[in-house]
Amino acid sequence: MIELRDIRKVFNSGKPSEFSAVQGISLFIEAHKATVLKGPSGSGKTTLLSLIGCMARPTAGRIRLLHTEITSLPERFLTEIRRKTFGFIFQQFNLIKGITALENAMLPAYPLGEKFSSIKKRGLHLFELFNIAPKANSKAEWLSGGEAQRVTIARALMNNPSVIIADEPTAHLDTKLSLEFMEILGKLKEDGKTLLLASHDPLVYESRVVDRVVNLRDGRIEGAGE
Amino acid sequence: MRMWIERHRNILDFTLSSLVRRKRKNAALVSVYTLIVFLLASVLLFTYALREEASILLKEAPEMIVQRLVAGRHDLIPVTYLERIEAIRGVSSVKERLWGYYYDPVVGANYTLMVAEDQDVAPGLIAVGEGVSRTRLASPGDTIEFRTYQGVTIELEIRKTFSSESGLVSSDLVLISEDDFRKVFGTPKEYATDLTVRVRNPKELPTIAMKVAEILPDTRQVLREELLRTYDAIFNWRGGILLAILFGAVLAFIIFAWDKASGLSVEEKREIGILKAIGWETSDIIRMKFWEGLVVSLSSFLMGILLAYIHVFFTSFMLFEPVLKGWAVLYPAFKITPFIDGAQVASLFFLTVVPYTVATIIPCWRAAIVDPDSVMR
Amino acid sequence: MRKSSVFFIYLFIQIVLLGGMFTHASYKQQTGLSHLQEKVNLVQRLGLTDLCLFTEASYTRHLSLADFHTAFQDSPMALEHFPSGSLVIRPPMDKKMYENVD
Repeated sequence: MIELRDIRKVFNSGKPSEFSAVQGISLFIEAHKATVLKGPSGSGKTTLLSLIGCMARPTAGRIRLLHTEITSLPERFLTEIRRKTFGFIFQQFNLIKGITALENAMLPAYPLGEKFSSIKKRGLHLFELFNIAPKANSKAEWLSGGEAQRVTIARALMNNPSVIIADEPTAHLDTKLSLEFMEILGKLKEDGKTLLLASHDPLVYESRVVDRVVNLRDGRIEGAGE
Repeated sequence: MRMWIERHRNILDFTLSSLVRRKRKNAALVSVYTLIVFLLASVLLFTYALREEASILLKEAPEMIVQRLVAGRHDLIPVTYLERIEAIRGVSSVKERLWGYYYDPVVGANYTLMVAEDQDVAPGLIAVGEGVSRTRLASPGDTIEFRTYQGVTIELEIRKTFSSESGLVSSDLVLISEDDFRKVFGTPKEYATDLTVRVRNPKELPTIAMKVAEILPDTRQVLREELLRTYDAIFNWRGGILLAILFGAVLAFIIFAWDKASGLSVEEKREIGILKAIGWETSDIIRMKFWEGLVVSLSSFLMGILLAYIHVFFTSFMLFEPVLKGWAVLYPAFKITPFIDGAQVASLFFLTVVPYTVATIIPCWRAAIVDPDSVMR
Repeated sequence: MRKSSVFFIYLFIQIVLLGGMFTHASYKQQTGLSHLQEKVNLVQRLGLTDLCLFTEASYTRHLSLADFHTAFQDSPMALEHFPSGSLVIRPPMDKKMYENVD
C-alpha cells in the first residue's frame, strides 16, 4: 500500500544544528494490517510517521502511495491526499480548547464543503461507536484522558480515511484505557483500515492486534520483526 | 458553488465558536470598536446634515450685506448710504436692517433682537424664538423686561413663539417693533445696523460689490457666496475638537490593529498547527481569519452607525452638547433634517471594515504556512 | 441553531435596520419640507445671514458678519476665546474682492 524507498530526512540543513532524523529507510506498509514502528525516542519514529502521512517532505528518497508517486506532488495535491487518505491520532491529543468535543471531532470535515448537518450526524455516530455520546457537548478541557483519546480517534475517522496513523497513542493512558484503545484499533482493522503506529509501549507492540513490528534505531531499521 | 458556501459557513461556525470562548475579550473589542464608529459616525452625520441644511436655507439669504466699519469695528450705517447704493445699476432693492445683541442678566443669555421689515410685531409686543422661551421659561402672554440704554426697564409681552423646528434660524431671536428697538438700543433714526442688497442679475454681483466699495469706502460687503462658504467650512475636520476626535479614533484603531498584528499568541499558533495537522489548508486558515475580522468589524460598523443615527437625529446630538454649548447659556435644540450622504456612509464602511479585516489576516500569515508536522513534536 | 445562522440573522436584522434608517431619513426629508419652508421664509423675510448655533458672543453668533477685528478684542492671541472657536474655522477669504484695492 505504502512504499518507501531510501528515505532520508535532514533537519536544519547547512546549520550547525543539522541532524539526520531518518537515514536511508526502505519500507513497505501492507494494506489492512497494523504495523508498529518501535524504538527509543530519537529513533526517527515520529519523523517517519509525518513523512508517510504527507505532513512533511523527505530530503531524499521516494514515497509511493497505492502506486502513485507522492514525493514530488505540489503542496495542494499533497494536502488533498492527506485529507482524504490519512487520519491522525497525536501523542498530545491536540484538541482545541474552549469548543465542544463534538465540534473538535467535526473540524477535519469543515473545509471540505460538506453540509453541516451531515457532518454532525457522522460525528455523533462515531461518538456513539466509542461510547462517548454523552460527552458530545462538553468542552474539550473537561474531558478525561480516556474520553479525550476517543474524541481524537473519532476526529481521525471523520473523513473516512483508509489509513490511521497514531503517534504514541497510549502515552497518557493507564493500562485499562490502553487495552481498550488497542481493542478499538482491532475493530478498525476489521473494518478494513490500515493502521500505522509508533510506540515504545509493550502494551501496543505486543498486542495481538499488531501484525508487524519494525524496529528503529538512530533513523535506521534494525531488521524487520513479526 | 454550493460547496463553496458550505465551506465558508462551516469555517464561520468554527470562527464564531472560537470568538465566543474568549467572550469577555471579544465583547470588549466589539464594544470599543462600536464606540469608535459611533463617535465618528455621529460627527459625520451631524456635520453633513447641518451643512446641507445651511446651504439650502442660506441660498435665500440676501445677495449682499453692507456693513460700515469705523476704526476697524462694525458700526452703525447711515441710512443715506441706502440711496447711494440704490442708484447703482443692477441693484433691485436695498433695505435697512435693524438688529443687535441683547444680554439678559436674569439668565445670562444673549438674544438677537431684530426688527421685522413687515412690522409684524406691534409696539409693546415681541415674538421670541424657542430658545428664548425655554431659557426664560416664558410663553405667549408672559412678559420679558428689557433694560434700555438709558437704564429704564420696559416690559414687552410675548405675542408668539417660533416653532422649535425653526430653531436653527430662530432659536435666540426676539422680533421687536422698530420703536421698541430704538428705545432699547438708542439707535438714532438716521442709522441702521446694516443694509441688505438684492440684485437683478447675480452674475453682476462682484461688480456691484466693487462699486459699493468704491463709493462707500468705509463699508464692508459680505456676499451670499461667502455666507455659504462659511457654513460649508463649518465643522470642517480641521476644527480643533473634531480633529482631536478623529485623531483619537485613528489612534485607537492603530492600537487595536497593532495589538492584532504584533503576532499571535502561542495558543493561537498551536491551534493553527492543529488545524493544519487535521487537514486544513493554509487558505482555510486565511478564510477563518478573514471571517474573524469581518465578524467583529461588520457588527461594530452596523451597530455604530445605527446608534449614531439615533443619537444625531433623535436625541439631537445629545452627547456633544457640552462641546457645542461652550459658554453659551442659550443652546438651540438641534432639530436637523436628516440629510445623509451615502458616500460618507460607504467610505466609513470601507474605513472601518477593510483595514481591520486585513489587520486580522496579515499576522497569521506566517503561522498559517507552517508545516503541519510541527505539531507532531 | 447553528452559530453561523444566528450570526446571519443578526446581520440581516442590522441591514434591514440600516435600510430603515435611510428610508426614515428620506421620509423625514419629505415631511420636513414644511419646516424647511418655514425656516426659508424666515430667512427671506428677515434677511437672515447666519444659523443660530453659538450664542456665546457676537462673532460666534453671526459668523459671516463678524468683522476681522472683533475676535482680537482682548488681544491678538485671543482668537479662540470662546469654546466654539475650536469647532469653527474662518472660511477661506475671497481674495478676488480685495484685489484692486491699492
